[in-house]
Amino acid sequence: MSIFSLAITVLIGVLFFVAFFHFSNFLLDYFRIRASKKFALENSIRVIIFIAPAFIVLFVFILYPVFETIRLSFYDKIGENFVGLYNYSWAIKDPDFKRSIINNLGWLIVVPTMSTFFGLVIANLADRVWWGSIAKSIIFMPMAISFVGAGVIWKFMYDYRGPGDQQIGLLNAIAVTLGFEPQAWLTIPIWNNLFLMAIMIWIQTGLALVIFSAALRSIPNETLDAARIDGASELKIFWSIIVPFLEQTILVIWTIITILVLKVFDIIYAMTNGQWQTEVLANLMYDWMFRGGGDSGRGSVLAFCILIGVTPILAWNLYRHKQDQKV
Amino acid sequence: MKKITFTSVFSQLLLLFFVVAWIVPTFGLFISSLRDKDVLAISGWWTSFTTTEINEIYRTEGKDAQIKEGNYYIIKSNLFDGGQEKEIFRFGVTSKNIDEYKVGETALFKDQTEITVFENGDYIWKSEEEFKKKKGKRIFVSAKSPPSFTLDNYKEVLLKEGLGQAFLNTLAVALPATLIPLIICSYFAYALTWMKFYGRDILLATIIASLVVPLQMCLIPVLTIYNDFGALFGVSAKSFPGIWMAHTGFGLASTTFLLWNFLKTLPSEMIEAARVDGATHYDTFIKIVVPLSIPSFASIFILQFLWVWNDLLVGLVFLDKHPSEIILTAKLKELLGSRGENWEILTTGAFVSMTVPLFIFFSLQRYFIRGLVAGSIKG
Repeated sequence: MSIFSLAITVLIGVLFFVAFFHFSNFLLDYFRIRASKKFALENSIRVIIFIAPAFIVLFVFILYPVFETIRLSFYDKIGENFVGLYNYSWAIKDPDFKRSIINNLGWLIVVPTMSTFFGLVIANLADRVWWGSIAKSIIFMPMAISFVGAGVIWKFMYDYRGPGDQQIGLLNAIAVTLGFEPQAWLTIPIWNNLFLMAIMIWIQTGLALVIFSAALRSIPNETLDAARIDGASELKIFWSIIVPFLEQTILVIWTIITILVLKVFDIIYAMTNGQWQTEVLANLMYDWMFRGGGDSGRGSVLAFCILIGVTPILAWNLYRHKQDQKV
Repeated sequence: MKKITFTSVFSQLLLLFFVVAWIVPTFGLFISSLRDKDVLAISGWWTSFTTTEINEIYRTEGKDAQIKEGNYYIIKSNLFDGGQEKEIFRFGVTSKNIDEYKVGETALFKDQTEITVFENGDYIWKSEEEFKKKKGKRIFVSAKSPPSFTLDNYKEVLLKEGLGQAFLNTLAVALPATLIPLIICSYFAYALTWMKFYGRDILLATIIASLVVPLQMCLIPVLTIYNDFGALFGVSAKSFPGIWMAHTGFGLASTTFLLWNFLKTLPSEMIEAARVDGATHYDTFIKIVVPLSIPSFASIFILQFLWVWNDLLVGLVFLDKHPSEIILTAKLKELLGSRGENWEILTTGAFVSMTVPLFIFFSLQRYFIRGLVAGSIKG
């Protein structure tokens, strides 16, 4: 399509929704003024106008699909015949599934921990030096890049050439300079997962960093000064004052990154496509959505596993929301 | 002022280490996208700032270029295609001994013809007999190549590889997929904050639960709905409006939640005063709430826009891979598969896909961070 027709399509799409709200409210006001008595239904209709579009979208794209996916996990590949727990027993026996679960657990342990740790350390360091804000900008920048873009960046870092050739990937160039053999990093099972995780850590450290930076400002300076006067070392201050003070923030960052990691798809899809034992649930699920014409039963089971992973966080969020509402 | 202590020096160095480690991968990509593709394939990007030595093979012209000068037949020409700033320092005429001669010296071929090669690539090939072969001979040269950068890769990628179209497609996906949720969620969030109706608390709890529901839970049923819809009306199941609505759906919970978080901080007296004066909810929303919410709209716009721009999964499932629909991330992934060794295409393509996010990042960083922090406090 040309720029022109794309622009027109975009404009029509957006204006449609603006027009909907404008005209429905306009009509309501028109009838309200026309009506001789107080228009009793006015408020209810207005509520419906305000809520309906969002609610319909929420229902069609989130609420219905969640229950439908759970239902489909008990049906065969075309979603027509009830097969009971067959898809679940298939999953338990499937070696790819087992591998995915193990890899997902690895991701869940390594990525949130390292991102939070780096974020916290860098936020502290950046607060002490005059060029701290520039440093924060640079470390935060990968947050703006797509996972696929980051994938290309790191695939280039990990690039492998034979031992005799000039290495054009930085990691192998360093390895060769230090006297090691060059490695095809992404094809070494088990370890290659760590090289993929490094990409996610590289991206998510920025998120942890900015949130910690905001939270660090709320630590009262008097407390820190008092500790320094008492002769506490910076390392001691970090572990005994700053870390306990940021406990809530650490928890929040941890959950955000955990949710993200459970859904991780793009990085693996772009870098290895699940080869060399790097598959995770989200990739396996995508694979089964289309493999052999698509198997909605198996795909649904895998999606459901990801949902189970986030359920504790979901419950905790709801609990905290309830506590907040009481206050 | 602060004293220079061991701790402060150590902090600076440690931070410097982190900064360098974080910027180097992106920097390497950027530099590579500006390098000549032949050089890029054989040398690391870090060598591009210094003069490098390269070994290359060229071929001389054949018999068509010969002229007769006195008793000799001569071919005079230049090894390079022109426009190259290389400086030859050694050359050779056999593959066994590729740097046998110094530049300016005269080499002898097996057939007793003589060749002299100069620094800038000029050569003179002399023979007593007429040249008979159409094809020239191979010349091996060792040359010094000064740092040089080019925009050729960008031209190639945008025009020939179809990334220009993919860029437009992504824009056509991302703008509505950001604006539509912003419009419908602002009304929704207003209703959740300031209107009283039955089921409001349940609706709010549903939004909070939906925040963490993984996208994967929704793909199969939504795709089925689209396929059925397409079959019913005889239209394609994969279309721009389709993906706008999918992104709207998947971004609805977070957009609503962020807006709700902001709206409830507005003073309720102000809203109630407007209501007492007889303003409808619609008037209150348009004339009071929207103007006050512009900064938070900006933050949410940026978050959702970047999310959609950088998305791969939704684009793969709900759009065709046809050139007129494919988005940048999907195109990039496709190139990773088909042009995996052509780093000039990949690095340049990746950088093209990053231009808009990086522009937003550097110009609107404040709003971006504000949105992220606001989302995290309760998220």
